[in-house]
Amino acid sequence: MINEEIIIAGFGGQGVLSMGKILAYSGLMNGLEVSWMPSYGPEMRGGTANVTVILSEERISSPILTSYDTAIILNQQSLDKFENAVKPGGILIYDPSGISNPPTRHDLNVFSVEATKAANERNMSKIFNMIVLGGYLKVNPVVSLEHIEAGLKKSLPERHHNLIPANIEGLKLGASLIQRENFYKAAC
Amino acid sequence: MSELRLMKGNEALAEAAIRAGVDAYYGYPITPQSEVMEYLMKANPEKTTGMVVLQAESEVASINMVYGAAGAGKMAMTSSSSPGVSLMQEGISYIAGAELPCVVVNVVRGGPGLGTIQPSQADYFQTVKGGGHGDYKLITLAPASVQEMADFMKLAFDLAFKYRNPAMILSDGAIGQMMEKVELFDPVPRRTDEKVAEQCPWATTGRKRGTQKRVITSLRLVASVQEEFNIKLQNKYKEIQEKEVRSEMLQCDDAEFVIVAYGSSARTSMKAVQIAREHGLKVGLLRPQTLWPFPSKQIETLINNGVKGFLSVEMSAGQMVEDVKLAANGGAKVEHYGRMGGVIASPSDIYEALKKFAK
Repeated sequence: MINEEIIIAGFGGQGVLSMGKILAYSGLMNGLEVSWMPSYGPEMRGGTANVTVILSEERISSPILTSYDTAIILNQQSLDKFENAVKPGGILIYDPSGISNPPTRHDLNVFSVEATKAANERNMSKIFNMIVLGGYLKVNPVVSLEHIEAGLKKSLPERHHNLIPANIEGLKLGASLIQRENFYKAAC
Repeated sequence: MSELRLMKGNEALAEAAIRAGVDAYYGYPITPQSEVMEYLMKANPEKTTGMVVLQAESEVASINMVYGAAGAGKMAMTSSSSPGVSLMQEGISYIAGAELPCVVVNVVRGGPGLGTIQPSQADYFQTVKGGGHGDYKLITLAPASVQEMADFMKLAFDLAFKYRNPAMILSDGAIGQMMEKVELFDPVPRRTDEKVAEQCPWATTGRKRGTQKRVITSLRLVASVQEEFNIKLQNKYKEIQEKEVRSEMLQCDDAEFVIVAYGSSARTSMKAVQIAREHGLKVGLLRPQTLWPFPSKQIETLINNGVKGFLSVEMSAGQMVEDVKLAANGGAKVEHYGRMGGVIASPSDIYEALKKFAK
């Protein structure tokens, strides 16, 4: 049964909130219950931004959480803040650029995705967040590519629909870039 | 056809206002509810339904524009957040005193004063115990989801017109800012002038030859006349109390302890109840959807069914807890748990409080 509680965290401007929105919209297209709860407030201006996304087959209780199945981490502050908030056996995905102290927990499935580097090399900085999302969906295909496409169509204004193929390309690139850093299997 | 969308609570409320056939929105921006007017301005319903959307010069102006439009039988509304709603209190009292229907939305933030822009529920007293002066009541709806932000918009107007009474949608920053799936109801056309005249025989729509003068006022200088009016209001409030209580109960059937919570606190509490159940605690949730009228009878019934205690979970120093105590009337233990100033108690915080409470 799908009940995925995700935190996405990084700098304001990295596309954290929109990545969450696309994920939530795709979940909706997949017939799931969804919630998208941003951190809103003065800290958003130039500071850190994070969003909690829940995808579930059941009615969602709290959109506000303190522990998560998955953390998608895009800067050091967010890693420091959320590494310990991932449930044991959960998933932690991070972009190594700008990370000087990588994750240390051994009870998580840790993955890295070199999205910043790849986006810069290919002049794709605008779809940086889609590269990260592609990495996540490779690890946990909670929604399909078709649902993402449908979600993009719904969440982007029509004048931007010509950008959808580039976004899909970003997703695929992310799927090819993601690397497992450690393996954890919950004790049975 | 109803339509599925992913929307912020504030946006869903704004879209629902257009779909409910609202005639006029007057407002002034303030975080965390600015998306309401932003959405309306962008949607520009004046072109489609003819709904007026106007940014007033202040909240005081907004509520008095609502007063004027409501006097003409129009479906008029405003929205704001805590400091702005404080400014509106005089107007709200006048509207209640003139027995006019309207909807005021408060997407509550932390206070007192300018406080913070983060979610809070500290305006409960202001909303259900007065706020403005005089013996009046606001029909108060408390949405706990984006879906209810949309649905309660229509319900609030239905109730306001049914009882000729201002209605308040008491939301909070979290419900306003979060996005969820929402099924939007089919649009209802705005009422025609004939329909307004038929529905609102009291409205000042222009006096015609041979018709009686209609006066809309909250001024009744003769004490006995004012008292007669007060009695009429109280009778109306009694009827609302009997007929319009709405609430949701979750896992209360075998519950020994029940959390009472509304708005986003109800959502975090729902999760706390799940955690508690996993740990074998027999706990349920009573979620008032109307804060006034308050679901006092439901609390009485739960006590009769063996509930030993109620924990009121609010983002305040404890306001609704007083109504829970009044309803319990000594029949069960009642306590409050909450965080203040825009801090949201997490489900695990609430579970810990619940564990202590249930001991």
